[in-house]
Amino acid sequence: MDYTLTPLGDQAIVITVSHEINEEAQANVRLISQLLDKQRPYWMVEYIPAFTTVTVFYHPVVLNKDGILPYEQVKKNLEELLTLVESGDAATPRTIEIPVCYGGEFGPDLEFVAEHNNLTTREVIDIHKSGDYSVYMIGFAPGFPFIGGMSEKIAAPRRNSPRLEIPERTVGIAGKQTGVYPIETPGGWQLIGRTPKRLFTPEQEIPSLLRAGDKIIFKEISEAEYQSWEESSS
Amino acid sequence: MMKIVKDGLLTSVQDLGRTGYQKYGVIASGSMDTFAHRIANLLVGNEENEATLEVTLLGPVIKFEEEAIISICGGNLSPSIDGEKIKMWKPIFVTKGATLSFGKPQSGCRSYIAIGGGMDIPPVMESRATYMRANIGGYEGRSLEPDDVIQFRQSRPYPRKIQAEKRSYVEMDWAISTDLIPNYSPRPVISLIKGPQYEWFKEDSQQSLFSTPFKVSSQSDRMGFRMEGETLSLKEPRELISEAVSFGSIQVPNDGNPIVLLADRQTTGGYPKIGQVASVDLPVLCQMKPGEHLTFKEMTLAEAQQALLEQEHSIQLLKRSISLKQKEELK
Repeated sequence: MDYTLTPLGDQAIVITVSHEINEEAQANVRLISQLLDKQRPYWMVEYIPAFTTVTVFYHPVVLNKDGILPYEQVKKNLEELLTLVESGDAATPRTIEIPVCYGGEFGPDLEFVAEHNNLTTREVIDIHKSGDYSVYMIGFAPGFPFIGGMSEKIAAPRRNSPRLEIPERTVGIAGKQTGVYPIETPGGWQLIGRTPKRLFTPEQEIPSLLRAGDKIIFKEISEAEYQSWEESSS
Repeated sequence: MMKIVKDGLLTSVQDLGRTGYQKYGVIASGSMDTFAHRIANLLVGNEENEATLEVTLLGPVIKFEEEAIISICGGNLSPSIDGEKIKMWKPIFVTKGATLSFGKPQSGCRSYIAIGGGMDIPPVMESRATYMRANIGGYEGRSLEPDDVIQFRQSRPYPRKIQAEKRSYVEMDWAISTDLIPNYSPRPVISLIKGPQYEWFKEDSQQSLFSTPFKVSSQSDRMGFRMEGETLSLKEPRELISEAVSFGSIQVPNDGNPIVLLADRQTTGGYPKIGQVASVDLPVLCQMKPGEHLTFKEMTLAEAQQALLEQEHSIQLLKRSISLKQKEELK
């Protein structure tokens, strides 16, 4: 695996595996993340995976020895560690089903997305739920997935003026991307539906439903199904 | 326990941040001035990561419903107890019924109140820091409001000689050395390491970064300081693939005005990073108020790490002498 190591300030180091977003970069980011989870080097504070990088935060004080710069020591340690990454041992991606109630009060912009693309709202829903989606990375907000794989047929520009509050679990489209807001937040996405499934659960040990690499299936549900799901989970 | 009588501008429960969960998109939060936070805890015999109250600019009024050992470190917001000015950077014994309040900001804008034994705040994702935007952690996930009551986890034993006195508070007769206290200047020079995308910027922008002053704009908060000054531009339009940012990363959006990312930063960012504030200078930076100016001075990564190791060394020494002092007092 090819990679470069560069500093981010005096307490972090960036592993860059690619300069473009592609499947291989995604797989390598996942492999490195798995390795770091397994090995948990004593000098590591935590790490943040992204599209083409894994940034590792470290304790410079723990590495204060022999007059060698902590950064150089981390670099050496990481180079040794990364020899343990073997292609092919990435866990098979999980498939997570996200039920979505499209349109109505949950998806006030469904009609806009349809009109914008000369489609019916039915067609927008059918295209959205039949996509082959995967999670590129989690970031921006707790549990927020950057999802790749949406059909350009239902792409839609962001709203000119962002909404001040978008309810949690709302499914939206922005440009060629689709996503789900895990927490209530302001935003300019076109809103097409809502899921009863929580993406962010701070009370659980792993607070994010999704992780990079997951395959996603959006499953259409009726409003009645949405309500009963919400009731059963509360 | 203690009761919030007035809330002040922004008072929140913070520790050294929620680490380990940024990979799930959960922001770190935590104290802005981590140096003051750590010292405040050490002075009252706590672990460095114990939660403190971060007080901003206009402080709260807090009534102690039971006795406690407290310390106040960080920016000087003129703390007083029952109307009498008290000293900062030292342990203070307060009796039941004492009222802590704040006055005019003298230096900096954030004070940290540590309570010996800690506050009874349930950790969320292993941290007591308040992540206000997501309503997570701290006191019910929000800043403190009047009538909020915070219980203490355990009371610290305090010297017998102090118990005997009939006053609402007693300042201990020792404090940390003034050499260790940061200079919270309203016009500081902040050390900066070149950022990962420094070379993407035009040469005159690279020069401006280290030669012209920048103002902390009014659009500045715990998430980041938006700076105003010379606008910084790229040699050619380039898109950065979103990647991790850290405490002190300076990213430059398309308008050319740099943003220094601070405690409540998001986990990742897509703007090029022209620089990274050296960790040792973050406390001073984080004490700045909107309208104040700073200049950046270049520091190499090696110098920044060396300075950090030296600072950590002096904190370790301090820790040892404080713990000796505390043992002595309990005899």
